[in-house]
This record gives sequence, structure tokens and C-alpha cells, in this order.
Amino acid sequence: MRSNSFGPKASWGLKLAALGGLLFLHVPILIIFLYTLTPDETTYTFPLPGITFKWFGIALQREDLWRALTLSLKVAAVATIAALILGTLAAAAVYRSNFFGREAISFLLILPIALPGIVTGIALRTALGGFDIPFSFWTIVIGHATFCVVVVYNNVLARFRRMQGSQIEASMDLGANSFQTFRYVIFPNIATALLAGGMLAFALSFDEVIVTTFTAGQDTTLPIWIFSQLTRPRDRPVTNVVAMFVMLITFVPIFLAQRLSAQSSDTEGETK
Amino acid sequence: MLNRASTYLYHRPRLALALLLGPPMIYMVVVYLGALFNLLIYSFYYLEEFTGLIVREFTLSTYAQLFEPANLDIFKRTTVMAAAVTVADALIAFPLSYYTAKFASPRMKTWLVIAITIPLWSSYLVRVYAWKLILAQEGILSWFINLLHLDGVLSWLLSFESIGGSSLALSPIGLFIVFVYIWLPYMILPILTSLERVPKSLLEASGDLGAKPLQTFRTVILPLAFPGVVAGSIFTFSLTLGDFIAPIALGNSKFFIGMAVYSYQGTAGNIPLAAAMTMGPIVIMIVYLLIARRLGAFDAL
Repeated sequence: MRSNSFGPKASWGLKLAALGGLLFLHVPILIIFLYTLTPDETTYTFPLPGITFKWFGIALQREDLWRALTLSLKVAAVATIAALILGTLAAAAVYRSNFFGREAISFLLILPIALPGIVTGIALRTALGGFDIPFSFWTIVIGHATFCVVVVYNNVLARFRRMQGSQIEASMDLGANSFQTFRYVIFPNIATALLAGGMLAFALSFDEVIVTTFTAGQDTTLPIWIFSQLTRPRDRPVTNVVAMFVMLITFVPIFLAQRLSAQSSDTEGETK
Repeated sequence: MLNRASTYLYHRPRLALALLLGPPMIYMVVVYLGALFNLLIYSFYYLEEFTGLIVREFTLSTYAQLFEPANLDIFKRTTVMAAAVTVADALIAFPLSYYTAKFASPRMKTWLVIAITIPLWSSYLVRVYAWKLILAQEGILSWFINLLHLDGVLSWLLSFESIGGSSLALSPIGLFIVFVYIWLPYMILPILTSLERVPKSLLEASGDLGAKPLQTFRTVILPLAFPGVVAGSIFTFSLTLGDFIAPIALGNSKFFIGMAVYSYQGTAGNIPLAAAMTMGPIVIMIVYLLIARRLGAFDAL
């Protein structure tokens, strides 16, 4: 058989249900894109009363948006670096040794994404308040790093498990020390996993809002800016433009990360 | 120098392990678990009503407040919503995962997997925002409903006290749709993962032994995909339990756990009560995770 289908073909009912699910996932976002063109400033009237491109220009000139964007990018970059280091170390530890409490580590790392974000948020805020630590750029980063670590960890650990242990042994046998082995054998092997994990962590941090509302104080990241517009809409058309921009800017790393992971699992499939 | 360090570490695997594990564990234990533990302690303090200050003395009175009817209502409303969202997500996710895993051509499958994964990572906030546009009274959904002459059905649905409201956006139905939408990818992926693991030979064997496709589906595929459904439900359930962005964004007036916690700690300044309230979802989730592990859901993550 050429395809991986079995027995009879998919029924029309199944196809329709699958298509319905797919449309439900994607059409709402397209509606935002549509609304960036509305000339209507005060309501969300549909069909659109007309078409205009002026909001893109207006959004570009907003100082507050540029500040929020810069802050979000900085936070995401630092949180991603922290997650790359911590996540890789944890993955290496769990992969290379069989120690008591290995399961507990996976559990601990997954906790920040398994528990509702509000728990992490309020816990961090209470702790910061209790120790009189003022809100700053770094408190936002600390919050984001807690849930970014697991993304890198999962990606890198999965790659480690697919890696041939014999490669590392061979490298050691040939006289490389562990740092050289890391540099020349392990790193090239996990590079794409790091890239994929890092990009996902970046996307996750870039648009995080729940934990950020608790750890940001007066600082406004781009998602906080959008959230404030959700509760008290003042600049509806500009918000549409910003929403579309956030969608597009996160789309790129996510898409690339997906392609990277898909490619590496394809090649794995071929060797089997 | 590096060589000697390397040899030194090679002979001391425990030290090497400690060096690898140290930084991430210190971070997670000190910052994350420490903060959680601190929150737990705060839930045993209480707020002096007249002064509005937090009294740092051990008491269970804050927990007792959780059992007041208003707060019990919040727990009930949120749990019912989380359960309903989970069921709806499973129903929508299954056909799509099933088609992707077992019927799509390899090329098509690659694209489907990307189409499913992108919403998982893309901006949650923007995805909530989309529904603010869609559910607006003058928005696209109302327009569409009017086009189909279904506005009578809609106002009939909204007239129910438990699920209705003054408009679609403000009603629990609206919130339900938004939750189902934003958490759907979290359900699809684990189901897809578990379906992918069902070997083709098993399905062929079932067919060879005389099972009709529907029988194969019910007796072979469904049981094997079940851990995936449970794994997905961990996310849909937990995320709905703690979310406050969607209700606030839609302007829902009925309180849900996340919203209640948010407003207790924010405007009311009652951190102890907010802390005690978060223990609700934490306990529910820990019990849920333990059951899920029993059912083999962790392998499908």
C-alpha cells in the first residue's frame, strides 16, 4: 500500500468532521486579519463598512507600542537563553545517569505548564512581595524561565534518546575529553533540537500574559498592552494590527521549529 | 587543564551529575517550589477586615471562607465548565487526529501536523482576542446566525438562566466556545501521538479476524487512543480551571476560579484568600495527574 491508510478509505463523515476541526482552529485568526482593514473605529461591525490601510501606518508611529515590543523581545531573548542552559543541563543529567528521583525531575519541570498559569503567577508575586523584591525586567524573566525550561528540556531529551550512545563512547575511546566530546559529537547532534526548543521557548515567552500580569509591575510587554485593550478598548483598530503582528512574528519561529523537528524524525524513520 | 577536569569528573560520576543537575534544580526548587511553598504558607494567614492588613498567624479561617456558598458556587461553575470543555474538545479533536494519523497521505500529514501544532504555540492572547471580534453583538457570528435565520434559536438558548446571558459574548455559552477553541490543540496532539503508535498490523489483524471497520474502531483503536485523550484532558481541564484572561476579556460577570483569585489578590488585597483558592486547582490537578498516570497518559505526552 502506498499510503498509510488501512482497509476502506476515510468516510465522508470523518473527512467532514476533520475539516470542520481544522477550520475551527484557523478561521478565527483570519478574521482578525480581515478586521485590520476596517475603517470602523468604535464597533466590530460585520460586514466591514469599507476598506482602509491607514491603521498600519498609525500603529507604526505609536511610541508605547515600540516600547512594549522592545521589552517583550528582550524578555523573550533572555528567558530563552536561561531556558536553553537550564533545560539542556537537566536533559543531560536525566539522560546520562539513572539516579533516584529522575521521574521527580520531569515532574517538577512539567509542573509550571501543567498547573494553571495563575498559580505560578500569584506564587511568584507573593514571594516577591514577601521579600520586598521590586518588580523589574528581571522579575518578568524569572517568571518566564520557569515554564520555558521544560520546552527545551523535552526537545533535547527526546534527541538524546534518539542519539547513538556508541558515538559518545567512540569519541571517548579515541581520546577526546568530555568537553571535546560535547563540542564535536554531542553538540552537533542536539543542535537542531536546541534550535527548535529555543524557538518554541521564545514564542512562548514573547506572548505570555498570565504570569506576566503578576510579575511585571508597571512595565508593559506587548501582551500586557493587548490585554489592557481587551478590558478597556481604546484603540480597537490599532489592537487588530498589533494582534496580527504578534501572530505573524510568532508564526516564523514556530513554523521553523516544526520543520526542524519533522525533518529529524523523518530521517529517523528512514533508518529504521 | 580541561583534560584533567574531564578525567576528574569522569571518575566522579556523582559530582558530574551534581554539576549538571545543580543549576536547573536550584532554579526550579528555590524559585518555583519555594514560591509555591510560600503561597501555601500565606493561605494559612488571614486578612484583618478592618485594617485590611495581612495577619501572619496560623489559622484555618481563610480556608473556611472557601466553603461559603458564593465560593463553592465558583468552584462548581468552574469545574463544570472545565469538564464540559474537555468533553467538547475530545469530540472535536478525535476525528481530526484520527484522519491525520490513519488516512492522510504522508505529504498531507506533514502539513496537517504543522496546521495542528502552530495554534498550540501561537499567541493564546491573540486567539482569545479573535473571539472578542467574532462574538461581538454586531460581529460576524451574529451576522451569520441572522443570515441563516437562526436568531430565534440563539435567543432561546440565551434565555436559560444557567447558560444564558444578555448576549453571546457575556453568556457562559460564549465563554465555553472560547475555551474549547483555545485549548483544542492541547487535546489534538496527545490523541494524535497515541493513534500514531497503534501499529498498522494490529488493524489489519483485526480486519483479517473478521472485524468490521466500526468494530475495529471500537475495540482496537478507541482503547489504545484512550491514554491520549486522558493526557489531552490534563491540559484542557487544568487550563480552564485557572484561566482568567478569557472571562475578563469577554466581560463575563459570573466568577470563575482564576478570575476570583485575580480579583482577591488585586483589588481586594486579600492574598491569603487568593492563595487558599489556588490550592483548589492545585489539589484537583495533582489528583488528576495521579489518575492520569495510572491510565498511562504520561506516555502519550
